[in-house]
Amino acid sequence: MSFLSNLINGISLGSVYAIIALGYTMVYGIAKMLNFAHGDVIMVGAYICYCAMSYLNLPPVVGVLMAMVVCTLLGMLIERLAYKPLRSAPSLAVLITAIGVSYFLQNAALLIWKSDPKVFTSVVNLPALKLFDGELVISSVAIVTVLACVVIMVALTLFTGKTKMGKSMRAVSEDKGAAQLMGIDVNRTISLTFAIGSGLAAVAGVLLCSAYPTLMPTTGSMPGIKAFTAAVFGGIGSIPGAMLGGILLGIIEIFSKAYISTQFSDAIVFGVLIVVLLIKPTGLLGKKISEKV
Amino acid sequence: MSNNNPKMVPVPSHSIIPERDVDKTPVLEAQHLGIDFGGLTAVDDFNMVIGRTEIAGLIGPNGAGKTTVFNLLTKVYQPTRGAILLEGKETTGMTTAQVNAAGIARTFQNIRLFNNLTVEENVKVGLHNQNKYSTFSGILRLPSFWREERKSHERALELLSIFDMEDLANHKAGSLPYGAQRRLEIVRALATNPCLLLLDEPAAGMNPSETAELMDNIRKIRDTFNIAIMLIEHDMNLVMGICEGIAVLNYGRIIAKGTPAEIQANPQVIEAYLGKKKEG
Amino acid sequence: MKKLSKSTRSNFITYGIVVAAFIVMQILSSGGKLSSSLSGQLIPICVYISLAISLNLTVGILGELSLGHAGFMSVGAFTGVVVSMSLQSSIASDPIRLLLAMIVGAVIAAIAGIIVGVPVLRLRGDYLAIVTLAFGEIIKNILNNLYVGVDGSGLHFSVTDTAALGMDGGMVLINGPMGASGVNKIATFTAGFILILVTLFVVLNLINSRTGRAIMAIRDNRIAAESVGLNITKYKLLAFVISAALAGAAGALYATNYSTIMPKKFDFNTSILILVFVVLGGMGNIRGGMIAAAILTVLPEVLRAMNDYRMLIYAIVLILVMLFTNNEKAVQIRKNITGKIVGVFRKKQPEGGAEE
Repeated sequence: MSFLSNLINGISLGSVYAIIALGYTMVYGIAKMLNFAHGDVIMVGAYICYCAMSYLNLPPVVGVLMAMVVCTLLGMLIERLAYKPLRSAPSLAVLITAIGVSYFLQNAALLIWKSDPKVFTSVVNLPALKLFDGELVISSVAIVTVLACVVIMVALTLFTGKTKMGKSMRAVSEDKGAAQLMGIDVNRTISLTFAIGSGLAAVAGVLLCSAYPTLMPTTGSMPGIKAFTAAVFGGIGSIPGAMLGGILLGIIEIFSKAYISTQFSDAIVFGVLIVVLLIKPTGLLGKKISEKV
Repeated sequence: MSNNNPKMVPVPSHSIIPERDVDKTPVLEAQHLGIDFGGLTAVDDFNMVIGRTEIAGLIGPNGAGKTTVFNLLTKVYQPTRGAILLEGKETTGMTTAQVNAAGIARTFQNIRLFNNLTVEENVKVGLHNQNKYSTFSGILRLPSFWREERKSHERALELLSIFDMEDLANHKAGSLPYGAQRRLEIVRALATNPCLLLLDEPAAGMNPSETAELMDNIRKIRDTFNIAIMLIEHDMNLVMGICEGIAVLNYGRIIAKGTPAEIQANPQVIEAYLGKKKEG
Repeated sequence: MKKLSKSTRSNFITYGIVVAAFIVMQILSSGGKLSSSLSGQLIPICVYISLAISLNLTVGILGELSLGHAGFMSVGAFTGVVVSMSLQSSIASDPIRLLLAMIVGAVIAAIAGIIVGVPVLRLRGDYLAIVTLAFGEIIKNILNNLYVGVDGSGLHFSVTDTAALGMDGGMVLINGPMGASGVNKIATFTAGFILILVTLFVVLNLINSRTGRAIMAIRDNRIAAESVGLNITKYKLLAFVISAALAGAAGALYATNYSTIMPKKFDFNTSILILVFVVLGGMGNIRGGMIAAAILTVLPEVLRAMNDYRMLIYAIVLILVMLFTNNEKAVQIRKNITGKIVGVFRKKQPEGGAEE
């Protein structure tokens, strides 16, 4: 039973990573940049939801929606102010700018919400699911998280595959110049990508804090790095890859904590990533890139 | 300049590939060379012999697999089938770098220079495996550093003088005009002291007078360095003007070999280039 | 020799700036003109300048993005602490112990560099970057669980707790996440100055040598570099390991400047901080990276009056500088302005005074 419960915990944590990783991977696919501020958007989302619920006494659903709206706008604003002017700059310059944005968000949060940790009340207040005469307890947050992840995954797949906007996103990620020549508004498409990614980050932030209720200005950093790892693990730029990478990473993390070593779980997670990349240098579902000579 | 190149024996070259009577071992021999990319055969059954100081041409329509042949010879791709003998020795299992050390140097269709290094430094990188001193003596500036650096410097200028490029020595390679970049690539390749030089479309983007100058220079390089040269080129004036033997590639296979005159008269070649004449 | 003169001149300017800055700081500090917060920053500034130089070797010269430089720094730091503390009774001279700490720190960091570099350097681009990040996190994770003690029979290591060290008296040098405490502060500003000079000497001489040319050739065009016979793996690894070793020496100096040193100091953010120096200074521009390191290390101290707002301002400055230096329009405007200024000077100086 402990194996099953660990597996479920792993999938649930992995689902959070997967939702965050989707934001990383979509932005990477389109803008070819590592958006290091993404983890901090998660934190902002969680704080907005926290404020809506604790200060304004709004119902959780409204809190989540508010968080999504604020993060979506924040994502678009960040893109417009910090990344758009650097569209043709070297990727490292954009990376450093993203890090600057990350510092900015963390320190702004520190000023607004102070450094003391807030206790986040779960947005899901349903009773836990008890199976096998109470031997296996699955928290309602875990179920909601996994469901949310599946819904997002299906929705995104349909969006990128069927809709015009989604197709233009794919076109821009293949070849910006050609997409522009076909009449696609590249700037709007990139902005949309940031909007979707950041909206998802808000969902991830709320779910993460519902499961692990300590909320601080630095809450987003480590899950951000892990989710980024997950995106690379699955093959950066690939939506199913982010999903697969996120869930596998969650399972590996929980299992190594449970069966190998609590202290070394991070080392194990990153160690697995390295091994995977050595065997498949562009991640599990990544496209093989070969340079034409 | 040529006296510190020990490999060269000036052998006047006659007709070529492959039924020619070669007294010495040929520089290069490709036997049944082939490569598949995921089930697609890019080059198949490629046989070719290049003599000591021969200028050979490889022509064919776009997409025929000419550059792929160069990539096979230099081990950018490992061949799926066949063997490559360089000076009679198998090159199976060698890396690109090892093939270069064994004697093949090349240029690229889309110029590949070290753009942020100066012209002289580009040539010095070509001299890397000849003027040796350890990293340690480089950091500590030991006498071997100064001695070898001076040698590299002199040799680099000497090589640049082939194309009268000494004045450009301190310019960044990336800032050179197109023609000069092509010439620098040739100098850099020569700096590695090859016995076979592969030129991938050396005249691309050049005007007729530049091309004529290039033809003279290719001959001059062959005569001073006593090396074999194989080139891919679309400019037929150049190919017919300087190549002693030509192989024509179409759909990854050699469809004709011979002297320029023979190739020009070959109906299969004309068909490959111009398409089949409609009957009736 | 004429060719060498240009880079040699530039290198001498760099050395000159370092020596001049050292002398000025020495005069100021002996005259008591330095604020205590700034004089406390002198050694960290030296460390960060040195780290900026060594990371520039990987990022600017080799052209591979490394997000784990703090990992090598921490290896050097903890090695240095172990060396300096365990030799406390046998070697009385502080400078000699510091020198040994830095040398051993560099050697162990170089070994870590080999272990990390062999697998990492097979990857390319962003994948390589993420794996350096992963290794940085792994090194931090290991150090967080490392216990080292010394007693009469020598050094003891454990990854569980201090009890598992099985020591007979003696003292605990590194205590897991608590790090090392009671470290003798043997680092000096002069040592920092010498560290910068040595790091500069190694990196600048390396760049202007056969090996450096090979490394830069690989950066500019890997396929062409292979085609002229360069052993790609060898030179990539060489650059990476030298960079790691220099970071290790800097880490050892850093650690011996504080009485307590914890593994969490050397996290991802520290790696990023060093990378920011390199990028702001201009990739591959050694002097620029050094200046950026000095300014950005002092900046938070200068902004201390702003209290809570200082890191926010730091972030804004960072973003604005990146936008200003990399946005096409901004670059164009700046070029126009500098062009005009240069033009004014040209007019005053007939023939422009060209030297070459």
